[in-house]
Amino acid sequence: MSPIHDQSYRRYAGTKRPLGQSWQVIAGAGIRSLLSRKLFLAVLLCAWIPFIARAVHLYFVTMYPAAGQILPVDAKYFMLFIDQQGFFIFMVTVFAGSGLIAADRRANALQVYLSKPLMRTEYIAGKLAILMTFLTFVSVVPGILLLVLQVTFAANLDFLRTYPYVIPAVLLSSMAWVIVSSFAMLALSSLSKSTRYVAILYAGTVFFTESVFGVLSAITNSTRLAWISVGANIEIVTDVMFRQPPRYETPVTVAILVLVGLIVLAVSVLERRVRGVEVVA
Amino acid sequence: MANASVILDKVSVQYGKNAALRDVSVSFPKGAVGLLGPNGAGKSTMLKSLLGFITPKSGRLEVLGLNVAEKPMEVRARLGYMPESDGHIPGMNAVTFVAYCGQLAGLPKADAMQRAHEVLYYVGLGEARYRKVEEYSTGMKQRIKLAQALVHDPDLLFLDEPTNGMDPKGRDEMLELIRDLAHNKGVDLILSSHLLPDVEFTCDYVVVLDKGAIATSGSIDQLKGPSGRVFEVRVKGDLQPFIAALTGVGMECHETDEDVMRVFVPGAVGGRGDDQRRICQIAKSTGAQVRHLRTSVPTLEDVFARAIGES
Repeated sequence: MSPIHDQSYRRYAGTKRPLGQSWQVIAGAGIRSLLSRKLFLAVLLCAWIPFIARAVHLYFVTMYPAAGQILPVDAKYFMLFIDQQGFFIFMVTVFAGSGLIAADRRANALQVYLSKPLMRTEYIAGKLAILMTFLTFVSVVPGILLLVLQVTFAANLDFLRTYPYVIPAVLLSSMAWVIVSSFAMLALSSLSKSTRYVAILYAGTVFFTESVFGVLSAITNSTRLAWISVGANIEIVTDVMFRQPPRYETPVTVAILVLVGLIVLAVSVLERRVRGVEVVA
Repeated sequence: MANASVILDKVSVQYGKNAALRDVSVSFPKGAVGLLGPNGAGKSTMLKSLLGFITPKSGRLEVLGLNVAEKPMEVRARLGYMPESDGHIPGMNAVTFVAYCGQLAGLPKADAMQRAHEVLYYVGLGEARYRKVEEYSTGMKQRIKLAQALVHDPDLLFLDEPTNGMDPKGRDEMLELIRDLAHNKGVDLILSSHLLPDVEFTCDYVVVLDKGAIATSGSIDQLKGPSGRVFEVRVKGDLQPFIAALTGVGMECHETDEDVMRVFVPGAVGGRGDDQRRICQIAKSTGAQVRHLRTSVPTLEDVFARAIGES
């Protein structure tokens, strides 16, 4: 008697997706995987504490304008918020980013990924999308929401009329943090198979450049060498966007060049490291 | 070859100063093809070049009628690759991993999950499909590598040493699966291995690589040649003059793991017992005593030994 239905391997008769969309699959799986970690969720929630504090402050300043004398709500107020989020951007980058490629390299997953119909750029785009999504969630989203709250509490658009550059400034300065942090971390993650080592390397790079700049500025009694510090470069750009007096003497063009150079370097590292096969000549 | 799944035309691959493939031109017909060769012969390099992982220094690679250099994505969409080394996505259980691979290859989410379950049952991991891949044994890891290569229903499978590290029972089951895929399920495959029995059991055609060049290729039956022209011989006495005398008249001698030699007699089949008589006469003339002389069935091992010139 022959079986009613062959339950072994059978050919697929459905329709496949067009090529070029696999980065979304990588991004979706990565985001779900990180959200299933309780510790990471805790870090994400902590990143919203400054937002809550400032939302309360905005409410009081709107209700009781005298409260604004201590901490006035102006363009600088939003700039300080973005600066404050820099710490959480660092934390989320370390938590979410260090294993993005390192873990795949440890598990030999690159050959599995790249034997599928996806380009290396798609793989990198998928991994970048994971990190950028979370960094956007702790920088751009609360920044814009804070502006929305200000307008809502004030029930008018006076603030935006007085400071029309604040919306693009919040967006662009947050994105500067997001893009630079994501590319730098992804490049470092491609250099090692150890997630811990990558986390230490990233933290070390950030603190080391900061320390070197601190020491040199103390010796030279000048902040011209602020370009050495990655964070300082972003602050220089942020100052210009929010039309605030510069904190450092380094010209903004130099800071932009350093940040662009960093991204180019990261892309070049990723181009070399993300391959289906490691060739040791 | 009109009915070819893979064509290599004067392909050379270089790793620094070392040539991994030297001006290789060969066609792989549809069906099950064995890619044989000793370690370091260039088998994995060939597969990785066909996948687009390695760019050849020169030459043209064609898979399923598509130029690999021009359409690598379209090629990979129709390929399934089971790598030699372990590879998985960290933190995923088997069914999630296989479904994820299906999605990466273009299957819609629901279809990918359904096929992941089916394929895992097919490769014998149905009961273990909710376990994390990291916790799998070596044999199970081999099976899941096959599952991820199959989930998107490729037209052509590349299997790189699929039975590595498997126990005898698992190995037999894996070979049965491969044979079933090629002969009953209509999936063309290239099986890269240095294990001759694996290739002999599963494949109909073989390509033998040695030191980055094609040593021989053809259907296994053809290459083995007619039976009755291979003899197992054991002699007592000085072996070297005997071997020298046999080689002198055009016969080939290959030592085996046991105490016997395998002697190949080239040319057309002579009269009944002629070859045996010649071997005995040569033994007598060199002072060796023939203790065992038996007609043998040619095996892939003989083909391999002849192709790469082992003696």
